[in-house]
Amino acid sequence: MTFSRMSSIAVSALVTLVALLLTVQAAGASDSFIDPQGPIAEIQKKHLLRATALILIAVIPVLVLVPLVAYRYRRRKGGNAYYKPHWDFSAKLEVLMWGVPVLIVAILSFYLWKTTYRLDPYTAPFGEEPALRVQVVGLDWKWLFIYPDLGIATVGEFGIPIKKQVAITLTTDTVMQSFMIPALAGQIYAMPGMTTQLHVVADSPNTMQGENTQYNGRGFTKQKFLTQAMQPVDFEDWVASVRAHGIPLTEDTYQTLAMRTDRDEVQAALGTELMPLNALYFTLEEGDLFRSILHRYHSGEPLALGQQPGTTAYGSEAKQ
Amino acid sequence: MTSVETGILGRLSWDALPITGLIRAPDANEIIANAAAGIVIVGALTVLFLLTWFRLWSPLWRDWLTSADHKKIGIMYIVFAIVMLARGVLEGVVMRAQQAAGPGDGFLKPEHFAELFSTHGTIMIFFVAVPFVFGVANYLVPLMIGARDVAFPVINQISLGLTVSSGMMLMVSLVVGEFSTGGWTAYPPYTGAAFNPGVGPDYWIWAIVVSGVGTTLTGINFAVTIYKLRAPGMKFMRLPMYCWTIICSSILIVFAMPPLGVAALLLAADRYLDFHFFTNDLGGNMMNYANLFWLFGHPEVYLLVLPAYGIYSEVFATFSAKRLYGYNSLVIATMSIAVLSFTVWLHHFFTMGQSALINAVFGIATMLIAIPTGVKVYDWMATLYRGRIRFSVPMLYGLAFLMLFVIGGLSGVILANPTIDYQVHNTLFLVAHFHNVLLPGVLFALLAGYNYWFPKAFGFRLNEFWGRVSVVCWTVGFLLTFMPLYFVGLMGMPRRSYSWEDPSFHPYMIIAVIGALVITCGLFSILIQLWVSIRNREKTRAPIGDPWDGRTLEWSIPSPPPPYNFAIIPEVTDRDNFAAAKERAAAYPKPEAYEDIEMPRNTGIGFILCVLSGVWMFALVWWIWWLALLMTITIILAIIIWSFDTSTEIIIPAEEVRKDHEAWLDLVHSTAAVDRDYEIAPENRGLARPDMEVVT
Repeated sequence: MTFSRMSSIAVSALVTLVALLLTVQAAGASDSFIDPQGPIAEIQKKHLLRATALILIAVIPVLVLVPLVAYRYRRRKGGNAYYKPHWDFSAKLEVLMWGVPVLIVAILSFYLWKTTYRLDPYTAPFGEEPALRVQVVGLDWKWLFIYPDLGIATVGEFGIPIKKQVAITLTTDTVMQSFMIPALAGQIYAMPGMTTQLHVVADSPNTMQGENTQYNGRGFTKQKFLTQAMQPVDFEDWVASVRAHGIPLTEDTYQTLAMRTDRDEVQAALGTELMPLNALYFTLEEGDLFRSILHRYHSGEPLALGQQPGTTAYGSEAKQ
Repeated sequence: MTSVETGILGRLSWDALPITGLIRAPDANEIIANAAAGIVIVGALTVLFLLTWFRLWSPLWRDWLTSADHKKIGIMYIVFAIVMLARGVLEGVVMRAQQAAGPGDGFLKPEHFAELFSTHGTIMIFFVAVPFVFGVANYLVPLMIGARDVAFPVINQISLGLTVSSGMMLMVSLVVGEFSTGGWTAYPPYTGAAFNPGVGPDYWIWAIVVSGVGTTLTGINFAVTIYKLRAPGMKFMRLPMYCWTIICSSILIVFAMPPLGVAALLLAADRYLDFHFFTNDLGGNMMNYANLFWLFGHPEVYLLVLPAYGIYSEVFATFSAKRLYGYNSLVIATMSIAVLSFTVWLHHFFTMGQSALINAVFGIATMLIAIPTGVKVYDWMATLYRGRIRFSVPMLYGLAFLMLFVIGGLSGVILANPTIDYQVHNTLFLVAHFHNVLLPGVLFALLAGYNYWFPKAFGFRLNEFWGRVSVVCWTVGFLLTFMPLYFVGLMGMPRRSYSWEDPSFHPYMIIAVIGALVITCGLFSILIQLWVSIRNREKTRAPIGDPWDGRTLEWSIPSPPPPYNFAIIPEVTDRDNFAAAKERAAAYPKPEAYEDIEMPRNTGIGFILCVLSGVWMFALVWWIWWLALLMTITIILAIIIWSFDTSTEIIIPAEEVRKDHEAWLDLVHSTAAVDRDYEIAPENRGLARPDMEVVT
């Protein structure tokens, strides 16, 4: 193994990195923030590129100089490169070595601060229209989308109007999960008995994948859904169709939904001919479903396993 | 089961054995599970058989298991780490194969895949990186500071015992029952009794708690050793860089391990005693767990990587035949990293919903660590500059590290930005990042150190050719395996996915599994290297002890060193004391007088505690309460009885020391010094002619 071979591997890896980064953008469906479909993911991508460029200022000298220095000062018989075995300090170099990283981190910190505030998932910095409210409940292994103001709920399909701020409140009715629609915005954890928030905006009509990124058992990798961003008119049609074809989300239906089933299994259990093949439509009953899910864990009484969705006991009691 | 059986065996039954599953439903998944269990059993039986066949039981007991010699304990740590490394690497290959077998469900069941990523992470951090790092430290620290042993030799032995017994729990979990599916972080409530009532999380908890006690004792031991046992004249600013990193690492251990123990024990209280620290109901809060875990978890990565930086510092200086550049800078950088590492734990969960202010503050704190780390990289480059560089195996690992590690640094600073972390958290981008810092950062350093100090420990050099093969395999394998993961991570593929659907992931997954196979070749070339080196040892012997023209004290004594390390404790006058002595032609002085040397006597307490704590953990995991109680009492009694043993030291008479030392000095004077042209030739008997004299 010659040294130059090793360094050429590293350099070619870097070239591949850049090349692949470009192909990701071209080939990927709109399932990644590298191909952003909304202003939030757009800023995230921009910040990624900016941060990468800034950090490369510190990284590239290493990639270039290590092979050069190693080659130039390699030991040879009758070697002619300058050899200075006692040299171990230079004030000028020291200033450069500490100074450059400090400067880069300072500049990056400024942007970090700015973007972190700008994209705080709890605030609604985009879209003047009043927000559409959606409540998301993580179950094993699917996401339930509740539209409290529209009286509907869905599983597997998350319809939103474009150019409108969608305000999402999240919780789970099982273990911790993490909700993400990469093409629109980053992820946020959802935890039982607690709520978190996320805001998303879509720029144009499109279908984007959403997922859970926190491992939670057998059905984890199937816990995906399609986000459908639509023109406002189409969105209204979609809401009407959900309302028309949905089944009432009663306590019993919810119990079936909350069992440890993946998307296909729950589709088989609750789907009807009027619903799409990979989505469930519901109409909401009286009362605040989201609140009641949240309050399940606030009673101050211990919950039997049979009362906790996500446990195996919950599934078996529901069957009886 | 009847109540009598439950009383005796707890929840242990035939169902716990993987063979039961194979008989019921034979498929690829069960075959792999049984093969893994089979390897553990056959491996253990083979070792027992060989020990009996070659009648090695009594030497094993006398010279190793009961030894309190830091050098032997260090070697045992490293052997244990390499065995666990083999398992960890193979698990990684199986996981890469499962993902490459997609799209679709592959050949493993989701739960089996989850066990694999949980054991892989737990093993690689707690039972490869930690024991390997502290095995090397055990071997080196007393030699480098001019001491005869660590401050507490028997506690050292107990630390090893506890680490090994908890590592064994992971081996046992392959054969009896199953391991946790909750990842190496074991986040509740998923790992709570409600959602995971089986034995898996309990294996994790007790392995972590017991090995954590062992590691904490090690941290205390090494901090005290370096504070108190330095040779006369070895001021702090004359310490070898490696010892500085061990001080920092020991301080990190002492402060970082307790939160992990507490987190695991609180989880145990939830699971065993019906507490509600992290449950869904009654106000349990999993965020407290995340905070406690990462309050340990972040310093943990630095307590692993700092000693690695130390190894690189020694390697770069020696193989550039030059003083380490910027010693003061490096000391300050190391200390800064140690302190800063306690201020950044929240970046492991930017996405839990705290305010922008908190995220921004922790994000900037995280980026600050990049400053001293960057300085270190530049310092090492300046060490190469105007040196006379020899591309020996440790140096090759070092150069590969410099190039690859900065890419890991790049992705690290990217991850420090909450804005971007919202997108790449929990994806394969993160997996690629931490492998990018842990492989080139920690593992390459350990392998460099292994090649560098092996002749010190065993008196002969490792084979250079197979060493180079292993460098190539690990470097290429690393690039092929983990570079693709950066991209699928950016494309939104979650970590811990046993299956996937997006066809654009496929080429990346194929490249990654090829990389994993190349890494496996790297693993095997290390084993081949060892085998070849042992066979050819007569040609590579360097008994005089300085095969690399070393700079620090450990090279000034014979290889392998005598049990007491130094016949006479050296007077330290310079930073690179041995290099300076060689320059003044004052190396290998003839002592005026010899003294009796007091050394720790052999004791079996470490081994006894290893066995007892192993049985104790097993009993707790399987709810065999009588046995757990019995073991608790026995452990306490064993410690009390041992504490009454007051004859803990043996005396090595001055005459014996004189005889051995003078025989070695005679050898020094009758051997021809070789210059660096003959470094890997049979002529290199370990007496170096410093490079400075040769070509200036």
